[in-house]
Amino acid sequence: MQSESLDYILDHYKNPRNFGTIEDADFSYEEGIPSCGDVIRLDLKIRDNKLDDVKFSGTGCAISQASVSILTENVTGKEIGDVISLTDHDMLEALGGQVSPIRFKCALLGLTVLKKALAGIKSDS
Amino acid sequence: MEKLIKSVFDPQLIKKDFPVFKRQVNGKSLIYLDNAATTQKPESVINCIDNYYRKHNSNIHRGVHTLSYESTVMYEEAHKKVADFIGAKDWKEIIFTRNATESINLLAYGWGLHRLQEGDEVLITIMEHHSNIVPWQMLRDLKGIKINVLGVDNKGNLKLDELPGLLSEKTKLVSIIHASNVLGTVNPIKQITQEAKKVGALVLIDAAQSVPHIPIDVNEIGCDFLVASGHKMMGPTGIGFIYGRQNLLEDMDPFMYGGDMIEKVTLTESTWNELPWKFEAGTPNIAGGIGLGAAVDYLENIGLQNIYNHEEELLRYALEKMSEFDWINIYGHKSDSESVGVISFNVDGVHPHDVAGMLDEQGIAVRSGHHCAQPLMHDLSMDYTARISFYVYNTKEEIDLCIETLKKVKKLFG
Repeated sequence: MQSESLDYILDHYKNPRNFGTIEDADFSYEEGIPSCGDVIRLDLKIRDNKLDDVKFSGTGCAISQASVSILTENVTGKEIGDVISLTDHDMLEALGGQVSPIRFKCALLGLTVLKKALAGIKSDS
Repeated sequence: MEKLIKSVFDPQLIKKDFPVFKRQVNGKSLIYLDNAATTQKPESVINCIDNYYRKHNSNIHRGVHTLSYESTVMYEEAHKKVADFIGAKDWKEIIFTRNATESINLLAYGWGLHRLQEGDEVLITIMEHHSNIVPWQMLRDLKGIKINVLGVDNKGNLKLDELPGLLSEKTKLVSIIHASNVLGTVNPIKQITQEAKKVGALVLIDAAQSVPHIPIDVNEIGCDFLVASGHKMMGPTGIGFIYGRQNLLEDMDPFMYGGDMIEKVTLTESTWNELPWKFEAGTPNIAGGIGLGAAVDYLENIGLQNIYNHEEELLRYALEKMSEFDWINIYGHKSDSESVGVISFNVDGVHPHDVAGMLDEQGIAVRSGHHCAQPLMHDLSMDYTARISFYVYNTKEEIDLCIETLKKVKKLFG
């Protein structure tokens, strides 16, 4: 991994953005990777069909934690429809496009959890 | 011959027997320190499998033609090699399976399901791999047996003083891991077997992590069953084995039913083939079995005692070097008890996944995770760890390179 990309990931790992929980969250979802133990929980606050507030909590490796931190930054304030249409490729690009395929599972956990949380919204409404 | 080999024992020469070490990983020479997960394969094993498919490929026990005869002889010969390797009296006491997990399942279904009753007890230890926990939980749910668990102390050794209290006439089986794939601890299986025999229990040894590294003699141990995986001892994946005492295997019911395991079949009933075929239903992994035989040849040529001594030296060296840094936390290895070359550790403040990922960038392969031993990890308050594990082709220089990279990891994350 090139140092620029690594620095970006390490920065988010060491200084996670939007880390925490939302007491009166509209939707929450938690999922992990059993084989490596990474767990991510997302709490969502929705207003006007947009993600008004997104907080994450959990434990895991630098890639999984940095990627969900970056994800929360990127989706806050966005339309739900736009967020649902985010692809794995978008997520990997947001990380700098340098993550090795071995670590794709770590890098994509946050997006998976977010999409499952949003699936809950769709089925509720 | 053996003396000659001993005198020229050189891991650098041994390494040349393994084609994988010709390749590079991320631009660096491969340093393979994940041998507890699986080992690399020597040219002789790869050639043996290649040769079998090129020249002999045929089904066994099914034809009078030349190829079928040759395949049958080669496959049976592989059983003999494994039998000699672990000191079994008769090659019919060796059953080929897919791996140690399938071996334990075969015993749980073939023996446990038919011989255990409600209230019977099976004793395991907290050090077990999941493969020696989950099959007994299945029997607990199906038959109402009780599982007792022998714990470990804070040094990573079994609490042997608690053993007598866990054994009674209700104990029908003591099923224990020989060498821990997490801590490297080698358990005193001979002593435990003797204790188990006092209450009339059978003894099953999970030797997946010991057979490749320690000279083993099933008669000296006194166990009734012993299981292992071929791929952890330089053999191919998809082949493992059970050693079982002949009278017990003869008394046991089959695990899988169908082709090749039968003696005679009518539409209403069937009788079973002789050992070991009674337990090898269907066309088996013939090439894998023959490949395992070649792996045993290779190991015997080096000598298990030589392998053990070399790994012991690497282990002592690595522990000494790693303990120079207070930010490396090593689990186990806190007493003088016997160990195999396995070190689980963490780097302060760095997730083991990231440790393994950074090492991989330097071409160094190590494992990270829970090592299929979640109860032990939980008991020792270990979350997830990185793990290095040695084999005969590893060197002190590789350990130095690994530690140099760990220093860089610490600096980057610290």
